[in-house]
This record gives sequence, C-alpha cells and structure tokens, in this order.
Amino acid sequence: MANVPADLRYTREHEWAKQEGSRVRVGITAFAQEQLGDVVFVELPKVGAKVRAHQTFGVVESVKAVSDLFAPVSGEVVEANAALAGKPETVNQDPYGGGWMLVVGPSDVKEWDALLTAAQYEQFIAEGGH
Amino acid sequence: MRYLPNTAQNQRAMLETIGAGSIEDLLVRIPAKARLGRPLALPPALAESELVRHMRTLAARNADADSHVCFLGAGAYDHYVPSPINHMVLRGEFFTAYTPYQPEASQGTLRTIYEYQTMIAELTGMDVANASIYDGASSLAEAALMAHSITGRAEIALAGGVNPLYRRVVETYVDGPGLKLREVPSPEGVLDLDAARRVVGGKTAALVVQSPNFYGCLEDVAAAAELAHAAGALLVVASDPVNLGVLEAPGRQGADIVVGEGQGLGVPLGFGGPYLGVFAAKNEFVRRMPGRLVGATVDLDAARGFALTLQTREQHIRRAKATSNICTNVALCALMATIYLSTLGKQGLVSVGELSTAKAHYAAERLSAVPGVSLRFAQPFFKEFTLKLPKPPDRVAARLARQHILAGLPLRSYDRKLSDCLLVAVTERRTKDEIDAFADALTKAVV
Repeated sequence: MANVPADLRYTREHEWAKQEGSRVRVGITAFAQEQLGDVVFVELPKVGAKVRAHQTFGVVESVKAVSDLFAPVSGEVVEANAALAGKPETVNQDPYGGGWMLVVGPSDVKEWDALLTAAQYEQFIAEGGH
Repeated sequence: MRYLPNTAQNQRAMLETIGAGSIEDLLVRIPAKARLGRPLALPPALAESELVRHMRTLAARNADADSHVCFLGAGAYDHYVPSPINHMVLRGEFFTAYTPYQPEASQGTLRTIYEYQTMIAELTGMDVANASIYDGASSLAEAALMAHSITGRAEIALAGGVNPLYRRVVETYVDGPGLKLREVPSPEGVLDLDAARRVVGGKTAALVVQSPNFYGCLEDVAAAAELAHAAGALLVVASDPVNLGVLEAPGRQGADIVVGEGQGLGVPLGFGGPYLGVFAAKNEFVRRMPGRLVGATVDLDAARGFALTLQTREQHIRRAKATSNICTNVALCALMATIYLSTLGKQGLVSVGELSTAKAHYAAERLSAVPGVSLRFAQPFFKEFTLKLPKPPDRVAARLARQHILAGLPLRSYDRKLSDCLLVAVTERRTKDEIDAFADALTKAVV
C-alpha cells in the first residue's frame, strides 16, 4: 500500500496539498510517482502565475508517460520548486518532501474542504485510482 | 528508382486474380455522366531515349544559374556547390529525404545530423540547433509559435524588412492559434526603432527581424534585442547562415531564437526547393523547440553512439497539446550543409562571405554609376542591395534576361512603394567581367 500521510489532502488526479499557514504546498503522491516510474522532466509555472482548481498547472514526464498536473486549489503561485529542473528524480525519491512542486496563495478557502481526506484517497486508490 | 513494367500480360493476370474481365469492368459503378466518354488526349508513348531528349528540350527553356549569369537572390542564392556534395549525398546510405523511422539503427545518418546541429549552433551563436525544418519561411513561422508558447503572449511584431514571402507563411501559421501580426515600418530600409518602441509592448511575444533583411540592409540586431527584452518579449532573428563566417552571430547580439534559409550552404537552387530550414535557440527554451534533436550518448559497452534525444513529444502522444506539428526534417539538405561546411572549413566560409560582400560592393558602385540608377537605401549591406531604376524594373529585367543576365528581382509585386526598384544579389561566383557586363547592359537598357 502506498504511503498516504494523514495530515494532507488529495485530488483524484493524485496531487497532494498541505496547509502551511495561509498557503498551500502542492506535489504528487507516492502512488502517482510509482505509477509514472522514473520522472525525467517537470514543467512548472512561474512565480506569480495564476492556477485554478482542477485545471492543469504543469506537466510531469516520466520514462513511461507524460501527464498533466492539476491544481488542488485556485490562487497565485508564490513558490515553484526550481530544484526539480536539475533533479526531477526527487519526485520519485521524496514525493512529499523535496519533490514538492508549488506553493500557492489560495484565493478561495472553501476549495480546501472539497479535497479528499487521507482516508478517502486511500479508498480511492484501493479501488484502482481512476 | 525501380522500373515497374505494366504489360498487357501483367494487367490480364491482375484482372484474373480479382475476377474482373477488363479494366472497364472496374469502372462500371461510376455514373456515365461523370465519365469523360473519350480517351485522354495524350500523345503516343515515347521510347526512353526519345523521352530523355524531350525532357531535356523542355528543361532547356528554363533560365537557370548555369545558363544565365545570376544576380537573383531574395532568399535563395547562387553560391558555389562544391563537387564532394553530390558525390556524397548520392550514396545509397544517405540518399533519403527524411530522418529514418527507426533512427537508432541508422547511426551514420544520426551522426551527420549531430554534426549539422553542432555547426549550426556554432555559426548562429546559440546553445542548441534542431535537425532542421522545411525552409526558412517555415522555420520563422515555427519560431513565432514557439515565442507564443514560451511567453503566453499573442502578438508577433515583424520588422518591415522581413522577407514578404516569409511574412505570408507566418500569417498562415498563426491564423489557427489566433495570434496577431503587427508590422513595424522600415521606411529607410531598416527597422525604425521609434516605431518599434510603439508596437512592441506587454502583449508582444516576439520581435522578428531579418538581417541582412529582404532589401539587403544590415539591421542593428543588438538594439532590437534590447528593445524586445525591455518589453519582456523574445527576439527572433532570421539570418542567412552562409554570411555568418563574416557577420557577427545573432546569438552574440541577444537573439533568443535564430532561424534562416540554409540553401546557400551547398543546396542547389531549385524552383520551390527542397531547401533547408535552420532553427536554433537558447538552451532554456529547448523543450519548446519544434522538430527533433539528435544527441550523443554511450551504449552498454560505453561506446559513443547517437540517439534521437528529443522530439516534439506530441508526435506520438498528447497530440491535442501539440505546440508544433513538425515531425521530421530535411535530412538530405541538412547533409548537404554538413558536407558544405566540412569541405569549406573555417577559412573557406570566411572567404565565401568576404568575396560575396566585396563583389557586391563593387557591383553596387558600378551599377549605381549608371546614369539614372541609384542605391535606394543609404544603409550598410552585405551581398544584396536595392537599386532604384529610371525605367520599369520588370521590363529592364526581361530585356537583360534575353542577354542571359538575370538582373535581379523587380520589387513591384512585393512592395508597391518600391515599384521602381530592383533587388540585386552578388555571390562569390560572380566575376568582375560579369559585373562589368551587367553594368554595360543596364546602361543600354535604361537609356
């Protein structure tokens, strides 16, 4: 069973979201990186870009596939993980830590409550994760 | 090419196999009113020797750079094609138009493309060059789309000196994604920087300049770069790579994307090509670059090898997200350029540029001394320049063509304001005698 930390929220597209004060840190889950295989490229928006919940904000490319990244919440990008440009494999090695992708300043706090809880996400991937 | 006969016996065998009595039987379902009702009006078949004679007679009616003395340019130039090029490209191992479909099985082809990319990157002063695109015009159009993709902005500012034929191709390409083209006037033959400052702004994805431009004038690329970058836009430079043995590389003057027509690098003049689209960019934009990229790598035994390192991924997957539909390159023309540059070497390319520009300046001096003839623009030029004539240029050009001189391109159908102008190109192939004869013939033609 993939690692699903209890203190995070999740999307059906396999992103995780972590509340840090008024901001939300975003990455992809351990399940997602296992499914993708070795990540070779991550394309992220610039700081200051606007992202919208359930809309794509970037691309992750592995040796097997190219997948869109979906924003868990709407808002402005306040940080993007520049280290992934040189070391995309961090997404595989440490998906909930060094493999983070964005920090977003959310524009609508209600969107947080619509995200899956850890228990809901665990059940979702137990059913196949589609 | 294989010769495939189609004898009466072959036809009978094929008809028997599919159970048809005659070829006419295959067509019965086509309504009679849609049929021609008589045989095609074709002359009788010729024997091979007769056909070759017939085709040679037709071909001899063309005016080309061997039958005439060529001062025509405007994007394709009569530079000398060294003999090793034909010798090499006709080899069976190389004689194909495309990147191979199973590329890694063709290490020799990949190696030549890798060398081509390396030389183009060095010439243009850019980090990375792709395996080539169809021609200069499609390279420029792809650069416009790429600038849009990088910046997220929807306007492309084109300097007035950009080849008008390129401009039309760009118009076609940007119509689908809905980009807006804005032209920056160049009344004095080069980009008007004040006008450019008014056009280039927060919506501009790229400022596009060509240098030397369509009229032959050299643009201030560094000033254009500064202007574009101040607005957060990219600078796209269209440049003829043959000139870059002498002229400063656009990459060292601030260009973000460099494109160009590479025909001068050993590709013979042809009516409509095939030519060579040069495309190079800064490394930070490599993921947005159209086409394909060959890279060097090592195999399991640590031996050097070559692989298709990058190709627009949407060719195979995620096609809805495509940023470009360029899925191949003009491998044979790129090979010609590779052999050309290898044959000439560093000194040879410098000589081609120095001879071309020296002869062009001699020609400009001679021709502008003809009574009534003058240089249209007071700007530095390289191997091409615009002449103002006292008589209609199309008639002058037609008259000189009868004397086996291709005088240049009458600009009337490209720019109404220059309807009294003729665009003249001079390469290293032109001799002093040919230039003097041109000046004499022009003197008589404009009296």
